[in-house]
Amino acid sequence: MGQWLTIRGRAFSFQLNKRTMLVIALLLLANAAAVVICVGMGSQRISPLAVIQTLLGHGDGPNTTIIYNLRLPRVLIAILVGASLGVAGALLQGIVRNPLTSPDIIGITGGASLGAVIFIIYFSHLTIKLLPVSAVIGAFAAAIIIYAFAYRGGVTPMRLVLIGIGIATAITAVTYMLIITASFTPTAVAVKAFTFMTGSIYGVSWTRDVATLLPWVAVLLPVAFFFARHLNVQELGDEVAGSVGSSVQRTRLMLLFISVALAGAAVAIGGAINFIGLMAPHIARKLVGPSYGGVIPVSALVGSLVLLLADLIARTAFVPLDIPAGVFTAAIGAPFFIFLLYRHRKGA
Amino acid sequence: MHNVLTLRWQKIAGLLAALLCLAAFVFSSIVFGVADISLRTIIESFVAFNGSQEHLIIQTARWPRALIAAAVGAALAVAGMLMQGITRNPLASPSLFGINAGAAFFIVAGVAFFGASGLSTMATLAFIGAACTAAVVYILGSIGTDGLTPLKITLAGAALTSFFSSLSLGLLLTGGQTFDQVLIWFVGSVSGRDIHIFNAAAPFMGVALLGAIVLSRHMNVLALGDDIAAGLGQKTAYIKLAAAIIIVLLAGGSVSMAGPIAFIGIIVPHLTRYLVGNDYRWCIPYCILLGSNLLLAADIGSRFISYPKELPVGVMTAIIGIPFFVYIARKGGKA
Repeated sequence: MGQWLTIRGRAFSFQLNKRTMLVIALLLLANAAAVVICVGMGSQRISPLAVIQTLLGHGDGPNTTIIYNLRLPRVLIAILVGASLGVAGALLQGIVRNPLTSPDIIGITGGASLGAVIFIIYFSHLTIKLLPVSAVIGAFAAAIIIYAFAYRGGVTPMRLVLIGIGIATAITAVTYMLIITASFTPTAVAVKAFTFMTGSIYGVSWTRDVATLLPWVAVLLPVAFFFARHLNVQELGDEVAGSVGSSVQRTRLMLLFISVALAGAAVAIGGAINFIGLMAPHIARKLVGPSYGGVIPVSALVGSLVLLLADLIARTAFVPLDIPAGVFTAAIGAPFFIFLLYRHRKGA
Repeated sequence: MHNVLTLRWQKIAGLLAALLCLAAFVFSSIVFGVADISLRTIIESFVAFNGSQEHLIIQTARWPRALIAAAVGAALAVAGMLMQGITRNPLASPSLFGINAGAAFFIVAGVAFFGASGLSTMATLAFIGAACTAAVVYILGSIGTDGLTPLKITLAGAALTSFFSSLSLGLLLTGGQTFDQVLIWFVGSVSGRDIHIFNAAAPFMGVALLGAIVLSRHMNVLALGDDIAAGLGQKTAYIKLAAAIIIVLLAGGSVSMAGPIAFIGIIVPHLTRYLVGNDYRWCIPYCILLGSNLLLAADIGSRFISYPKELPVGVMTAIIGIPFFVYIARKGGKA
């Protein structure tokens, strides 16, 4: 059997790749270590041992307050947002069969930003609680427009990407116009809008952010995982996928829906954090090979690890400034992209 | 090639018509606005300036605005045409390749780190930023044996855009005080720009446009493919370098005058090829005139679409451009 571990029961059977299992275990460990470090670092240093004690419920008073009220929600949000973006990117790259795409490049994140900015400008004096809803609506609206424009008896991956980029450009122009023209109190509105558009998980709370995002992720990540085999089929190309019995267009729409929902939910809470959706799937493929059964969970873990580290740098490197984490994901992501472009310079 | 104007006299007539159109649009651009102005006042303001309010409006607001719109339209259209020719990518254009975002980033960085201020300093920064980004895109576009595929280079532009905007926004958020100075550079507009900016950038643009006309014969040869062009005795590297310099001057100049204006560099070249075919000797003059016309028309339209408030023309072109872009992308990205 070698590299496979087979589990058989009366009604099911799994084949697990040992290497994938090992990678997942190591990444889980790395994530756990990152969590302990992230929770410990900050203006009030807490030693790793104390962090672990507190997390296990044996900490002292002040540490418990700092960890549970301030740092833990932020760390959890980093994990959830990073994982969602990583998986959304993996799904999208599988759908469009192009390793250079991600939700932020084809305008889905831009749509979410526009939704959020409209909300900030026109409704934020009423309540701020519905901002995530507005962002998710924006993401879906952008996705629907892109899908509709790209539709000609089905969508091809290339049309989806090109039209996505065009729509993204227009959305950006409109977003900036709204910020500039409609802001009666320019600076305050612009700060809020720009923070969202860069992507920051500053000042998140248990009740509002973690409780909102967790259900989405808890439902959508497993769904994405169970759709992995459809992605493997889509990768074969439309003709082959059709001839092995996949209803290509319907599956594509379904996968796109999951990807947009994940990206939209993540962006709604964390803002338009760039490039994680691009990087995580690549690192995942390098680690466990091209099969999506392995790529999706590993993308989630890599995504969360990247965002944990980016947020750690953003939070601690320029004290007292708390820089949006999105700046750092972009700073790593763009060189990464150019490297990919160089590697894939031959072929379509 | 199925283009509309096939005969020589038709093409010349088309050019003349476009020229007439341009004159009409420049005139309307000066006339229409919140304050109405008559033809006589316009002429008077040029030949016998008397300092009255109307003359001031014409000389400081309307006339520079019309000039800048015409220049920027022409520059973007020609830059798009040359970019599409060299990258063999029908979607190539300054706005999609991150050049605008690069210019904005240089302005933000200049303000944040060196305390740059004043419109002309910022225009210079925009020029440098646009030039650097254009160079990066160009280098990226020439990776690989026959350049990158349309899809890849478009993706590269999108990635550069999001990279530069993230960094700009990050700097803005940490700098804090520089918002209102910098904000106008995120949306393209030709209103409220100073005539000095035009005067500063116009010579570069003029030289670049002339250069484009001179280069057009060589571009025709290059369009046959690198190998054939080299076989015909062309030094393709020089031609590409010359075209790259022209693109940088045009894109940089237009960003420094008007900020990011999307899609003109896509719409106009396609319209031009539809009208006169693939001969660059006709394409470049048509691009110049049609580009000016389109941006002037969009600018005039932007004054009335939500009257009396003005919509920035960069947003207008982004919205007008979408159907074109979708059409080209749906054709499968072929020219």
